[in-house]
Amino acid sequence: MEIPYTVTARPDTGLWNAKIGIWLFLASEVMLFGGLFSAYIFLRLDAEPGYWPHGLLNVPVGTFNTAILIASSVTVVLAWAALKMRQFARYKIYMGITILCGVIFLVVKLGYEWPQKYVHFGAYIKSSALEKYEPLLGNKHLLAEGLPPRVEITGHLHNHEALHDPKIKEYEIALDPVYTDPTNPKMDRPHFLYVPPTEKIGVVQKADVERATMFLPTHNTYFATYFTITGLHGLHVLAGVLVFTYFWLPVGSKLYRENPEHLANRVEVAGLFWHFVDLVWIFVFPLFYLL
Amino acid sequence: MNNPPDISPAQHETEQYAHDVSKHVRGYLIVGGTLIFCTALTVFLSYVNFGSQKANVSVAMLLAAFKAGLVAYIFMHLSAEKKLIYRVLLFTGIFVFALFWLTYLAWYDPISH
Repeated sequence: MEIPYTVTARPDTGLWNAKIGIWLFLASEVMLFGGLFSAYIFLRLDAEPGYWPHGLLNVPVGTFNTAILIASSVTVVLAWAALKMRQFARYKIYMGITILCGVIFLVVKLGYEWPQKYVHFGAYIKSSALEKYEPLLGNKHLLAEGLPPRVEITGHLHNHEALHDPKIKEYEIALDPVYTDPTNPKMDRPHFLYVPPTEKIGVVQKADVERATMFLPTHNTYFATYFTITGLHGLHVLAGVLVFTYFWLPVGSKLYRENPEHLANRVEVAGLFWHFVDLVWIFVFPLFYLL
Repeated sequence: MNNPPDISPAQHETEQYAHDVSKHVRGYLIVGGTLIFCTALTVFLSYVNFGSQKANVSVAMLLAAFKAGLVAYIFMHLSAEKKLIYRVLLFTGIFVFALFWLTYLAWYDPISH
């Protein structure tokens, strides 16, 4: 069966069908991500002082991934332009680079950034016990500076069995640098470069802890929204990579020989989806990594 | 910047068309470079203290909106689209606005404020 209006415009809409189809789909996507972003805003605005963490994500890695996604947006539009100019060899190169960029983004996200979080640990201190941990938290200094207090002690958990064994009464944490020198003004704001946990072990009594887990979605609302939004975004990147790979394979060559404009239109539609994915990341990056 | 036109079946027009598209290609590269530069600027400015967290958020969101506008306007060809697409986007915009307005209403408490 011949699909109508794949290349020529429908008389009533003035557009070929897939073009209007993808824009309607993107409109629904805007509402999907809009709902998640509004949830993010809602949770963040209502967070108590100190309960919305800063500086927990690796900024250089996030910047690199942003640049990768922007580069892929350029190469996909170049791939489309190459098809329009009937330069199939160039199209293959640009599309290949786009696929590679998408794969790099996913590998960095799922192979490096997320696993780094799974091995990081945080313990929220009960408000009644904050004074006891003042040498690690430095809240008097932060109060004097007009900054929100620290209510959590983070790092690498040394005694993992403490998570499940009720007989163990304390967490031994290889502290993140901020807790080794909490009154140093250099520690007041997040660093650009990632600084790994130190050798210094901090001992936190379980009785003083309100909640303690690894950096998983259940850890706090920040990580719940981070994993939800970046996970959904990652799924979109994966979908884009799969579609581009399909066009890059011999299926694309066959369609090009039969009807090059049809392939160009398919790439344009998939490209519109890809640009939307890039557009979403443009907001995700500053909201989660920088602010 | 307008979209490259649909390719012509006539050979002599095809050469002119290829030339036109090549001009667009330069534009795409410039926009890509601008987006990368704006990303670096966003990162740099996030470490500058603008006096309050609200001010820092505003600066970052303004830059993000500018970048998103470039992607939509140039890469997604919204600089020269058919009216029907703009109508779809207008309705989308209205619904997104309503969504964020509801969020604002839920957060804003007129009694304690």
